[in-house]
Amino acid sequence: MNAVTIIADKDLQWKESLTTESVFVRRSLIAAAFLYLTLFLFIPLAAVFAEALKGGILAYVGSFLNEDALAAIRLTLLVASVVVPLNALFGVAAAWVIAKFDFVGKQILITLIDMPLAVSPVISGLIYVLLFGLQGWFGPWLADHDIKILFALPGIVLATIFVTVPFVVRELIPLMQSQGREEEEAAITLGASGWQMFTRVTLPNIKWSLLYGVILCNARAMGEFGAVSVVSGHIRGLTNTMPLHVEILYNEYNAVSAFAVASLLTLLAVVTLAVKAIVERKAHFPTIVADPISNVQTGSIR
Amino acid sequence: MSIQVDHVTKRFGAFAVLNDVSLHVQDGELVALLGPSGCGKTTLLRILAGLERPDQGRIFLHGTEVTDRRITERRVGFVFQHYALFRHMTVAENVAFGLTVQPRVQRPSAARIQEKVCELLTLVQLQAMAGRYPSQLSGGQRQRVALARALAVEPKLLLLDEPFGALDAKVRKELRRWLRRLHDEVHITGILVTHDQEEALEVADRVVVMHQGNVEQIGTPDEVYERPASPFVCQFLGDVNVFHGRAVQERNVADLPPLPDEKRVTTVGVVGEHEVTFVRPHDLEVHRSRTHPSQLEATVRYVLTAGSRVWIELSTQDSMQAIEVELTKERYRELDLREGEIVFVHPRHRQVFKIPQS
Repeated sequence: MNAVTIIADKDLQWKESLTTESVFVRRSLIAAAFLYLTLFLFIPLAAVFAEALKGGILAYVGSFLNEDALAAIRLTLLVASVVVPLNALFGVAAAWVIAKFDFVGKQILITLIDMPLAVSPVISGLIYVLLFGLQGWFGPWLADHDIKILFALPGIVLATIFVTVPFVVRELIPLMQSQGREEEEAAITLGASGWQMFTRVTLPNIKWSLLYGVILCNARAMGEFGAVSVVSGHIRGLTNTMPLHVEILYNEYNAVSAFAVASLLTLLAVVTLAVKAIVERKAHFPTIVADPISNVQTGSIR
Repeated sequence: MSIQVDHVTKRFGAFAVLNDVSLHVQDGELVALLGPSGCGKTTLLRILAGLERPDQGRIFLHGTEVTDRRITERRVGFVFQHYALFRHMTVAENVAFGLTVQPRVQRPSAARIQEKVCELLTLVQLQAMAGRYPSQLSGGQRQRVALARALAVEPKLLLLDEPFGALDAKVRKELRRWLRRLHDEVHITGILVTHDQEEALEVADRVVVMHQGNVEQIGTPDEVYERPASPFVCQFLGDVNVFHGRAVQERNVADLPPLPDEKRVTTVGVVGEHEVTFVRPHDLEVHRSRTHPSQLEATVRYVLTAGSRVWIELSTQDSMQAIEVELTKERYRELDLREGEIVFVHPRHRQVFKIPQS
């Protein structure tokens, strides 16, 4: 058994040397990649924190502890907490329908879901101005009934939903398509109800991709600037989200505060990426994480 | 549970997958639906399970019409072609699934479920694998888990869709014998879909041969093999040599002449009608010298030795038609044939069908 393994290993090394680049090429490529990332990603990120902390830790903390900044943080969290669950629900439903059924207009639905990625966010915001603005289609009716959508929370939520729709759906469609309908059919033939099938078979099979989609959706929902900027009206303490607040502070030459709030958004991005990395690892090796010992055993049986 | 399929038709678009199919399966029988891919056998199975709905016709299970009943009411166990095991559950959880989704009033206690899972895993010889995930099992093991899972809810009817299709030849053979024994033990009505004639003939009590949405023949394995009802059945069940001919003097004179001692009367239909004669390779007798005036003279083209059997390809002297002959090794040694030599052949058994004139 041991001898066989050694021969196999040698075989593998021999193959590797034929198919991979020389050490010099490999190292230069890796170095180039790191240099590029350092220049364009790491230095700007570091600059954000450096600028934010320039006035000392007190000034940094002070940037958050004022009415306007706290209102912006609260609004951003509120918007995300409405948008993300809605998009997760819609995402699962739409992906399920698209991946598992054939119907007329399926291609149109897929294209529609992709649209927010193709349209500039500013245009996305303008669509809502066109619909709900005073000169817009529903503007006069809304004004008559004293319903505020534009320059208020509903408008911000709508614009954010529009921009973040694709993230969950696009994560799920390829996975659900590759998994097919057989497991669900099996569940039904074994006597499961529709809801049991969904919670015990469908959902567990997509949970990591769903979580990954939700993380991306959340990051975008908190960070969205263009679309929200158009519909919010920039009312301090009322309709300013964190990205908008950063812009206002910056335009007022309040660099320290601007970068301090920006650093908060950056931190959010870093945390999101860290969670994403963990989720990705779990998503790729779920069984190994769950049962490492028996996996090794089957390796030798095969 | 007996099954009655009553004039079922199913179309996908304009294409009729099942064309007025009727079928009766008795309680406790194991029936094979046999046919080439696209003949409608899987669709019929899915209709029986309730996964598809027939466009016309009715389905009766145990005398009760279930055409419009939901899958869950039919008490049918379904084993999918690619097993469809729940990938995020262990083997034991997979087998227990059907029990744990039962309504609280009917659901057995956790201890009883565990006991039951244990029994089933013993039945399929996978006790040691209870904690594994499907991705850690071999194909044959997954197949057995799928079977145990289907049996857990004590179905009255077990439907198997190409159960051994994805396995290698040896495991296939083992598993189908095991399935036959299992069927004899648990006495459950079973329907098995397959495109492998050997599998159908070996495992099933009765075979339903299907072709292009129609049932060609229903019968015991011996019946369909020995007395095929149509040229398709004859050709689909094993290798055959085909001879085309025309009836003369109320007698079939295909390229292969009849023998005086042949039991079968070769008069089929009217003089002048087209006929086709099928002879299986092992039903041909080969001699070095002429033992009867009506024997066919042929030249040995190739000799192929495959295990215990020897395959010989002949070509007839007059029409150069290729004929395949299967000999036992003993007979082959006795004859000591070489390529290029002349031999004389005649059939021990054959099937004659008239071809409808168009």
